[in-house]
Amino acid sequence: MSLLVADDISIHFGGLKAVQDVSFAVEEGEVYSIVGPNGAGKTTIFNLISRIYDCTHGKITFAEQDITNLPTHKVAPLGIARTFQNTELFERETVLKNLLIGCHIHRHTNVFSELFYLPSVKKQELAFREAVEDVIDLLDLQSYRNQVIGNLSYGVRKMVEVARALCLKPKLLLLDEPSSGLNPEETEDLSFWLEDINQDLGITVIMVEHDMNLVSQASDRVMALADGQLLTIGTPQEVQNHPEVLRAYLGD
Amino acid sequence: MRFIRKTQYSQDIDLVKHRGHLIWYGLLLVIVLSGPLWLDRYLLGELAQVFIFAIAGIGLMLLVGYTGLVSLGHAAFLALGAYTHAYLLNLGVPLPVALSTAALFTALIGGLVGIPALRMTGIYLAVATLAFAVIVEQVLVHWTSVTGGFSGMAVPKPEMFGWSLSSAPAFYFLCFIILIGCLVLALNLLRSPAGRAMIAVRDSETSAESMGINLARTKMLAFALSAGFTGLAGGLFAHRMTYLAPDAFTIITSIQLLLMVVVGGVGSLHGVIYGAIFIGLLPQVIASFRDLAPPAVGQIPGLEPAIFGLILIVVLIYEPLGIYGRWMKIRLYFEEFPFYRRATYKRQKSFLRTERLH
Amino acid sequence: MEVLQLLISGVSQGCVYGLIALGFVLIYKATEMVNFAQGDIMMLAAYVAITFVNLWGWSFWWALPATVMTMAVVGMLLERLLLRPMIGEPHFAVLMLTIGLGFVLRAVAGAIWSATPQRLNAPYVGSVAQIGELVIGYESIAIVIGTVLLCTLLWLFFRFTRLGVAMQAASQNQLAAFYVGIPVKRIFSLVWAISAGIAAVAGMLTAPALMVDPNTGFIGIKAFAAAIVGGFGSLPGAILGGLLVGVVEQFAGLYLPPGFSDMSAYVLLLVMLMLRPQGLFATMQKKKV
Repeated sequence: MSLLVADDISIHFGGLKAVQDVSFAVEEGEVYSIVGPNGAGKTTIFNLISRIYDCTHGKITFAEQDITNLPTHKVAPLGIARTFQNTELFERETVLKNLLIGCHIHRHTNVFSELFYLPSVKKQELAFREAVEDVIDLLDLQSYRNQVIGNLSYGVRKMVEVARALCLKPKLLLLDEPSSGLNPEETEDLSFWLEDINQDLGITVIMVEHDMNLVSQASDRVMALADGQLLTIGTPQEVQNHPEVLRAYLGD
Repeated sequence: MRFIRKTQYSQDIDLVKHRGHLIWYGLLLVIVLSGPLWLDRYLLGELAQVFIFAIAGIGLMLLVGYTGLVSLGHAAFLALGAYTHAYLLNLGVPLPVALSTAALFTALIGGLVGIPALRMTGIYLAVATLAFAVIVEQVLVHWTSVTGGFSGMAVPKPEMFGWSLSSAPAFYFLCFIILIGCLVLALNLLRSPAGRAMIAVRDSETSAESMGINLARTKMLAFALSAGFTGLAGGLFAHRMTYLAPDAFTIITSIQLLLMVVVGGVGSLHGVIYGAIFIGLLPQVIASFRDLAPPAVGQIPGLEPAIFGLILIVVLIYEPLGIYGRWMKIRLYFEEFPFYRRATYKRQKSFLRTERLH
Repeated sequence: MEVLQLLISGVSQGCVYGLIALGFVLIYKATEMVNFAQGDIMMLAAYVAITFVNLWGWSFWWALPATVMTMAVVGMLLERLLLRPMIGEPHFAVLMLTIGLGFVLRAVAGAIWSATPQRLNAPYVGSVAQIGELVIGYESIAIVIGTVLLCTLLWLFFRFTRLGVAMQAASQNQLAAFYVGIPVKRIFSLVWAISAGIAAVAGMLTAPALMVDPNTGFIGIKAFAAAIVGGFGSLPGAILGGLLVGVVEQFAGLYLPPGFSDMSAYVLLLVMLMLRPQGLFATMQKKKV
């Protein structure tokens, strides 16, 4: 039983067929990479899964539940978290606040109890803070805790995005180009963290990536796309040597 | 420099974070509470007005500063609160009930205004709130059976449990206590998930939704809370005016409220207090200026709004963080002395990058 | 017959709204700034025209280009002094700034020209054309003709000149425009100058028809509603929105209880925002992530 199943999904923007009849299934516990040249539709697929866009046709199922027409804000409570290609953090707030917002779906108080700051609210806040600190420890963000996002470097921002996604305690994590803008050391750290996230936390990861080393090292399976269409699915080795994939990247 | 050693998470969460806070705010509280001992009736009345503005300002700041939704017509909520409160008092309803009902009713209307607001962004929303305010004004003028139209509505003197609250010190305390209450509620909101949801909506709607925040509900809540606080201020405002007429709640009033938020410093409750003091004092300053200046300048019609405008322009160009921002910079200077660098707060050159796809 | 009469008044009033709305949209399209003081700039233009024609005795037809030129310079000065420091600042801040500017302009006008309402002496004031049972004031005809001429000129400008294309580039991505060698700051000044010029034409066309006083600028708020009805990023939308508001207002005055016609622009606005938030000609879309 696959965790995420995409069944013939497509989306058109006017005449542009960004994604065309793509089908794939992601198993629970694996690290699944999506690769392809620019414009292949990789981020668009993420946007379809996290329901920022609507499919023109096709069906997406998560944990046996049809999420094709789910409202955007109902995706996170199901257990799907994502990061964005150009970080979409809350720029004017501190790292801590950003991560605390990640805990939002675990909230069980309502605005009335919060207005009066009843003991249940305080207890929840302390619990949230502990959870956030666990994530901070995992990703080594201690020194950035009280910094405003606007002052942080790009590499740190990307990690804060990942941290924020982890605070949701998701079953499925969608990482959009996590290593872009990172130097080789940071990329290596990233691959270790990916392993931790996948093995220790048991989170299924889907990753859009350009760095083929990272893909080979970290992924269980890879899907290659070009021009919105599926080329092939297989192990990293199989995909890297597939003739169609080579043609898409290198030309004829 | 001051270092605060933290050993517990609750130190980050509690309202009073350390002994310094307790001492300074405690001192402030004592000074304000002792006001009637050393201030005359007139000044007590003026300060009560400042408190009322501050309560309205909390409402506006929650909407504009923390949720990022601009309202150009907040005077409408002030009016709704004022008229509802006065109407209920005239029916014989006791003051606490009338005031709470006025606040709740205004909050309800605010929530309803929030519903169409969901589909609008930025400038469209601002103009929609303006349109709403104009419509409310027209309703106040034309629904004479309830509001008395231009002839106005008399406001009974405030009294509670048989004690009159219309004396200057009593009204002063009433407004102050309600202000403290509102501040505590607002601070509670801002350190809890609801407040963070509002901030998330302000900074990035897309990622807020991806974090599971319901945009519609958050925006509606922001409007409702904002309207509620402002309606509460309206009820107190009615007592201050003693006689309500639609021309007390025009677009100039809305701009005055926004002036408070902008000059005080957008995005902080401190800013609300500074801003309220500013617009509370401003009419006195302008009045003295009018007397001192030569007639050609002093007697210009529309001088008061013009000075509002001038201050807005100057603040927005030279100190966009407002009074609170300037205070932060001064404090930082003293804290880091002699290592303060002016470049800490230097604004980066920003360039326009459109989000329109046309 | 009455319907036709109302329609004509609505169209002529709508043209005025449309012209002011055009000024708004122009500045918005070029700089993504909202200029709430557009109506007050029109009011200032009307007063300048009154100075030229009523006080200094110039001919109306010479005063027209003179007023447009003067206001263009004023527009450029305003941009240089007040708006340029605000480039890249949040939209809310600029909006508040222009609101403040409006207040200041009103007081300045009141100080220089006094608050007593005045009327511009245009040569065609008072004359009417009679077509069958319809009575059309020459002022209304002038407004419509003026609007059509101005719109045609602007369309030609944006379509066929390099400057027009450069303006569009500067509005979409400033940094890129800088890199390509477009003098972005000069273009912004030019946009404000043109916008003020449009307001000047609107002012000169309206001033003979109604009395001018410092609060005449409030018409700008209705024009704003018109711009939004039309879809805020669209130039033809601005004119269309203006016409719609003008016509609806006239009919509301006839068929609805008193006081409603004043509100009609705003009710129309709210209805439009609820049914089709992007306006008639949509340009705003969701941010791409």
